[in-house]
Amino acid sequence: MKLITAVVKPHRLDEIKEALQGFGVQGLTVTEASGYGRQRGHTEVYRGAEYTVDLVPKIRIEVLVEDEDSEQLIDVVVKAARTGKIGDGKVWSVPVETAVRVRTGERGPDAL
Amino acid sequence: MPPGITTLAADAPTLSAANTGFMLICSALVMIMTPALAFFYGGMVRVKSTLNMLMMSFISLGIVTILWVLYGFSLAFGTDIGSFIGWSSDFAGFSGIGVTQLWDGYTIPVYVFAVFQLMFAIITPALISGALADRVKFTSWALFITLWVTVVYFPVAHWVWGAGGWLYELGVIDFAGGTAVHINAGAAALGVILVIGKRVGFKKDPMRPHSLPLVMLGAGLLWFGWFGFNAGSWLGNDDGVGAVMFVNTQVATAAAMLAWLGYEKLRHGSFTTLGAASGAVAGLVAITPSGGAISPLGAIAVGAIAGVLCAVAVGLKYRFGYDDSLDVVGVHLVGGITGSLLIGLFATGGVQSDAKGLFYGGGLDQLGKQAVGVFAVLAYSLVVSAVLALILDKTIGMRVDEDDEVSGIDQVEHAETAYDFSGAGGGSSARSTAPATAPTNKKVDA
Repeated sequence: MKLITAVVKPHRLDEIKEALQGFGVQGLTVTEASGYGRQRGHTEVYRGAEYTVDLVPKIRIEVLVEDEDSEQLIDVVVKAARTGKIGDGKVWSVPVETAVRVRTGERGPDAL
Repeated sequence: MPPGITTLAADAPTLSAANTGFMLICSALVMIMTPALAFFYGGMVRVKSTLNMLMMSFISLGIVTILWVLYGFSLAFGTDIGSFIGWSSDFAGFSGIGVTQLWDGYTIPVYVFAVFQLMFAIITPALISGALADRVKFTSWALFITLWVTVVYFPVAHWVWGAGGWLYELGVIDFAGGTAVHINAGAAALGVILVIGKRVGFKKDPMRPHSLPLVMLGAGLLWFGWFGFNAGSWLGNDDGVGAVMFVNTQVATAAAMLAWLGYEKLRHGSFTTLGAASGAVAGLVAITPSGGAISPLGAIAVGAIAGVLCAVAVGLKYRFGYDDSLDVVGVHLVGGITGSLLIGLFATGGVQSDAKGLFYGGGLDQLGKQAVGVFAVLAYSLVVSAVLALILDKTIGMRVDEDDEVSGIDQVEHAETAYDFSGAGGGSSARSTAPATAPTNKKVDA
């Protein structure tokens, strides 16, 4: 199993959800996040005084998938999240040792 | 506004219901400017000092009103003493003012004139507070207002507007308060901040405005109230001059807002909300002294010039390193000086007074008089305000402790906070102080 994590622009959430549902993903977790990448946030100007705002709002989406689906699912997320502008975010995957469905106690791929 | 230059009926005036009603409405419009200023300033500070900023303006409504009735009106508009101050025992405590007694040569009651002028006396010290954001003890501020209006505002109002006042007699034109209100407050702000110093973290910590919508609300209400401030300053409207002033107020403010935004776009790349609000206020300040002496086209010029000059001026505090928190110097002092001096160039003659400016064939005479008025009020207010601040600083102290300033002046000085963020983890439990001290289980023997 793999855990796919995507930190992306908040306004892309609906597109990403739809794309994941189209791919057959049953569940996901979304959290609000903030951070910056290479572009280092943005600058605001108040009466000529400039302030750099480093941390910009993001959302973090987490999905558990089986190993063979992970690369394809990453592509789906990236495609749905991309605007082509700076600050589109990042997607990565990490191996997961086990997963348990709390209600039934099912383990492994059955729990997804 | 000044007594003696009215163009109303030469015969003994009689009470005009229309003018009296108009002036009562104008007085109410000027009153709303002080809470409007509170919101204009309140939105510009950080969350932790919002209430203090609101209160520094609001308290002026309480203190100055009482002082005005007791002795302020008498000092400013009583019978002249040596061209410097006035006094009339009838005015002290409003004790000898008849209900139908008219103000000197006008068609409105003395009571109406007194209450209209009261609103000016209230907002002027409130203007100063913007320079002192985040760091002044509330008690010290209240005492400062009390002393400042007594030894600075009341005399200066007499110089500029009182019959016999030396600037008035010299022929300095200040229609509605460019010198008496804006230069006076701006210079006082500079005097006080030179004594009390910078906010903790000035030029290091971000001090972004916490609510630009509040700033816009305040600026919009200021603009609205300013029609009373300016159009009312002719003390009636049966000859149309008040309407000219109304037009000039609107025109100059619009021009100044556009000019400030244009400068900002060129210099910093964006049309900002704070720039629009600040530009509007800069235009209102500049048209205040000049609006009765110039044409609407002149008002466009005055507004545009003030918009750019004030936008440039607000950057100077970073260069010179003095912490005028919300740019009282950059907007009110610079805007007031601009509007006052431009009378010497743009005065057309024949509206408020016959004096003509340089561009209308009047030579440099009026410009020279305006410069005297500007410098005299600036110097007097700067020096006396700094001395008052120094006296308070050496006795009861002007500033809150550094720790309190960092944690937020609202909690320390007012035992309140502006916004409830308990949903975000800052929860508090309700506790009344009364039950904690009240004896609950004590037997009382009769």
